[in-house]
Amino acid sequence: MSSQTLHTGTDKHSGSTTGTPTINRRYRNRRLPAAGTVGRFTALAVAAALTLGPVLWTLSTSLRAPSESFNLPPSFLPINPDFTAYQEVFRQINVGLLVLNSALVTGLIALGQMASATLAGYAFARLDFRGKKAIFSLVLATMMVPVQVTIVPVFMLIRGMGLSDTLLALILPAIPTAFGTFLMRQYFLGLPNDFAEAAALDGAGPWRIFRSVYVPLAVPGMAIVGILAFNFHWNEFFRPLILTISEQNFTLPLGLVTLQGNLGTGSISVVLAGVILSMLPALVVFIFGQRTLREGLTAGASK
Amino acid sequence: MTTTSTAPRQTVKPPAARRSFVERWLAMIFLAPTLLGMALFTFLPIIGSLVLAFFRWDIISAPQFVGFANFASLAEDPTVRVSFLNTIVFVIVAVILQLGIALGLASMLQARMPSWLRVFLRSTFFFPLVLSAASVSIFMRYMFNEQFGVVNWLLSLIGIPAVPWLTSPVASAAVVVLVYVWQNFGFSFLLFLGALTNIPKELHEAANLDGATGWKQFSNVTLPLISPTVLVASVMAIISALQVFDQPYVLTNGGPGDSTRTAVMVIFESAFQQLEFGEASAIGLVLTVLILAVTALQFRLSRRFVFYQ
Repeated sequence: MSSQTLHTGTDKHSGSTTGTPTINRRYRNRRLPAAGTVGRFTALAVAAALTLGPVLWTLSTSLRAPSESFNLPPSFLPINPDFTAYQEVFRQINVGLLVLNSALVTGLIALGQMASATLAGYAFARLDFRGKKAIFSLVLATMMVPVQVTIVPVFMLIRGMGLSDTLLALILPAIPTAFGTFLMRQYFLGLPNDFAEAAALDGAGPWRIFRSVYVPLAVPGMAIVGILAFNFHWNEFFRPLILTISEQNFTLPLGLVTLQGNLGTGSISVVLAGVILSMLPALVVFIFGQRTLREGLTAGASK
Repeated sequence: MTTTSTAPRQTVKPPAARRSFVERWLAMIFLAPTLLGMALFTFLPIIGSLVLAFFRWDIISAPQFVGFANFASLAEDPTVRVSFLNTIVFVIVAVILQLGIALGLASMLQARMPSWLRVFLRSTFFFPLVLSAASVSIFMRYMFNEQFGVVNWLLSLIGIPAVPWLTSPVASAAVVVLVYVWQNFGFSFLLFLGALTNIPKELHEAANLDGATGWKQFSNVTLPLISPTVLVASVMAIISALQVFDQPYVLTNGGPGDSTRTAVMVIFESAFQQLEFGEASAIGLVLTVLILAVTALQFRLSRRFVFYQ
């Protein structure tokens, strides 16, 4: 140990005397962390600017008068906001209906996922039945099947069920959730067993133990499932593009793309105003549910 | 907790056999919504896809059995070939960029800094994940416009002539990669951030005493410790990049030519524009096999290279 320290000491020393610039600089950095730190914070600042820049540009361009949206230099800060573009969005597309559709679809999917994942997750975590492991693996395996592979048969199934071009076509297939089930199972496994034993001693049956003991405790886990479902399906584009046909059943992302199509390259600020409007709910979820969302996103990765 | 006074005290514990009988039924009821839903909307469609891949069908006329013809025509169809090639190149470039940026930023965030700044930066890098790929692609399309886009305007400030971002094959492919990475690096970043924060401080201190600094410390101490996360992050990044659709669809609609057409775009087009459902199913199956291969490779690699504590 001591010989090692000594060795590195001489290493550094020889480094600084030979005057190789890289070693020299590194040696000085260890004493005065200024240079390396400046580089590091410059890189972080650039990355932050590149991440926020496009969003800021979108916001401030949406607040330009439609006739000025092409003007250069572009604006990055919303000075002298002009809300004409926002009025124009409401005039050109039925924003209310799109928001209502998106909210209905997303909300029902989130509720459905919360309910079904809680039930299934509880069964996998705390109930005994034959073939549990095999069935659980089967459920997890569905996570690896890309939505594009099943979309053609799902499309036909939806037609067969007479649900073509309805909001239910978007909602029903999205309710069974392998990831949500996995999350809820992990959540229930993390809860202590003592409560169940105590309740059983008091004569509670399996249903009552679930309903009165574990469901109240599982609310934070359910919130993770709900927020993740909201974020994913609010932004979903592929399935709505295929499963809805008429504009009255469009969700927001689809509506935006049509807004862009109607205008061509006519006025950026109107399209961008639509983009900003569609981001607002996601922004609210981000601000209030950031921790939940983060934990949910990373939960699956660290099995 | 509410206790039930009605329950007879003497049968404190139900007989084990009876209990497991009740549990079995309860489990079946609890699993029913998920399993029935999956049977209907995942397993049945997978079988449907498998069958459909051997038929020619346009919904209108009766399906016609064609054997392996759909698969054979895939190999010959230049659009399909190019789109798979595009997808693979896209996956390689996007995943390397995404993981590199994420790992770099996550390790820079380990530096000493005020906690508000760390929270601000973390939220900033995570933020694009909550946006929809469609709306991101819409505003990025305007930013990359050749004449009035902000990107070319910024480049003109440092004397770089206007780049035809969305009309040249190479540049448009680059734009699709950039927009995708811009939106998705935050996910790998969150994974790496978690892994890096979990490394015990003593390990770095010990390495420091042994003279390992900078890159040496990173490659010999940090990287082995976060290798499970690197593997998981790369597999998740690969699987999601293989399914890229929203960005190329909105940004370039596959063009110019076929330069940004991806495998999923071809599935969409052959099914819902050309009404070749059999061919679309065949492409979907090939894509699934690719994804399964990546996942299988993960399990293999994890046995050989990943260092679990």
